[in-house]
Amino acid sequence: MAHEEDPLEHERASWKPSAGLAVAVPDPVRTPELPQHRERITDKDPVAMKNAVRTVYTLFYLSVAASIWAVAAYMLFPIEDGSLVSIRDNNLFIGLGIALALLAIGLGAIHWSKAVMSDKEFIEPRHATRGRDSTRAAAVKAFEDANEESGFGRRTMIRNSLIAAVAASILPGLTLFRGLAPQDEDPVELLSHTMWKEGTRLARDPEGTPIRAAEVTLGSAFHVIPEDLAEIGHEEGYLEEKAKAIVLLMRLMPEDLPADQNKLEWTYDGIVAYSKVCTHVGCPVALYEQQTHHLLCPCHQSQFDVSRSAAVIFGPAARALPQLPIAVDDEGYLIAQSDFTEPVGPSFWERH
Amino acid sequence: MARATKPRAHGRRSPWAAAALIGIGLLLTGGAYAGASAAMAATGETQVNSALTVEDGKKLFQANCATCHGLDLQGTGSGPSLYGVGELAVEFQVATGRMPLQAQAPQAPQKPVQFTEDQIRAMAAYVQETSPGPTYPSDEVLDGEGDVARGAELFRINCAMCHNVAGAGGALTEGKYAPALDQTSALHMYSAMVTGPQNMPVFSDMNLTTEDKRDIISSLLFQQEAVSPGGFTLGSLGPVSEGLFIWIFGIGTLIAITVWITAKSN
Repeated sequence: MAHEEDPLEHERASWKPSAGLAVAVPDPVRTPELPQHRERITDKDPVAMKNAVRTVYTLFYLSVAASIWAVAAYMLFPIEDGSLVSIRDNNLFIGLGIALALLAIGLGAIHWSKAVMSDKEFIEPRHATRGRDSTRAAAVKAFEDANEESGFGRRTMIRNSLIAAVAASILPGLTLFRGLAPQDEDPVELLSHTMWKEGTRLARDPEGTPIRAAEVTLGSAFHVIPEDLAEIGHEEGYLEEKAKAIVLLMRLMPEDLPADQNKLEWTYDGIVAYSKVCTHVGCPVALYEQQTHHLLCPCHQSQFDVSRSAAVIFGPAARALPQLPIAVDDEGYLIAQSDFTEPVGPSFWERH
Repeated sequence: MARATKPRAHGRRSPWAAAALIGIGLLLTGGAYAGASAAMAATGETQVNSALTVEDGKKLFQANCATCHGLDLQGTGSGPSLYGVGELAVEFQVATGRMPLQAQAPQAPQKPVQFTEDQIRAMAAYVQETSPGPTYPSDEVLDGEGDVARGAELFRINCAMCHNVAGAGGALTEGKYAPALDQTSALHMYSAMVTGPQNMPVFSDMNLTTEDKRDIISSLLFQQEAVSPGGFTLGSLGPVSEGLFIWIFGIGTLIAITVWITAKSN
């Protein structure tokens, strides 16, 4: 090639620094030279080199053996009886074989390059990032020729219709996001109401057997669902409804519920019912300590005081747990007076 | 230095002497300790009394429990009254070593048991006679032959939030904790549910029926026996212990390999 009399001429030109505002100093920082080359033990001692070579090929052969072991393990530890232990053995021994096979290749390759291959240091000059002027002009010319020949700049109808088509092709993807929100229903409305309504009996989770007030002994904790929840199938939204409606029912000594800090008309003879959904991020709060009357959320250690309307006494929860107003029907079963009077669970956009 | 070390190479003491001496010392002390504790255990067994009466139970109670719980179970400033707790509460508290209490603290921990089975039964009979409460269950409840799957579901709903879904125990507030259930006997699982010891809520027969309790006990006994199919359980504590393990050992290994790859060969 004609312009390669001095192959570094272009490089030097493009690396010439601009003086700018720099001040010439009498003692500039010197370019650090290469450190002195240090010979490895494998360079000096033929026995060490022989050992290193042996180590490398031993690792590679070990990898071969491990691969063969993995194949053998597939046959030796079959998952035929379907038991969990046989699945474990199958996974474990095949996995060990494959892991050792790959690891030994890696270790061998690194050891090969470190101990056996040449490690002489040298400087490879950096290439200029700016192309030659002729190359740059040629690139611009290529684009101009393409524009001219395709008519992209000239035939505006084609160009604009293409831009419109590409933009429109994104719209179906955006539309799909609508499917993430409930259909025909206001999410705020859904989050604000649960299955509880006036007269719904409190029932045991998961059987759905109703609870008599007399059955709730002092110190008890009952895990409660609405009685009609037990009849809903999983396809009809059992878990969605349960996630909102779960309640913890406790009985305290009536004197442990001071009237100035509790809505006593929402309780029955020391029995209180609170939503089990934490007001922080919605974990089930059910770690009830029957002597301190504290409720602990296991996720982020929020604590609620049941003897004071489940007020937050520690942790990140924003509000007290919503209370379910309860009463007793003619047959002595516990019933809800109404739904929760506020949305249960964590904050959302319209509730904070 | 070279001259000083030279005669030692031919000297009396082998470099293994120190290690051997320590090994012999450890063997001797270990052997002596094992022998002594075996002797203690042997003398302990000879003390077993048989057929203690309610009267013996009363004496044991007055000698060991009345300081805090009062001479007539009425309780004092240091301990609650035992009216209505029943023989099952005595069985649970004393036979797991929680009582006599070691110190006034948020939690009464499990300790080596202080009384023989007969002494515990005698004290339980005394407490039961003075002020009746929950009683020993029939053997059928504790046989572990119930519906394991249903028991596990009931356990997840009623117990797992404190005792961990695998029964590995968990922390409560201010130093209290729910203990692990991997060593607990069927009788003590039952008595804990019925009597609600310490801060555990009571699960009376009107909340969980006897059949429910039998299923829960069966599922826990099944888990105590079951082999962990996933390999190391790391305490069955979930993401905390598993995350800690992979952060320390997984990332530690990666760092070690990175250091080895970039280090110069010598």
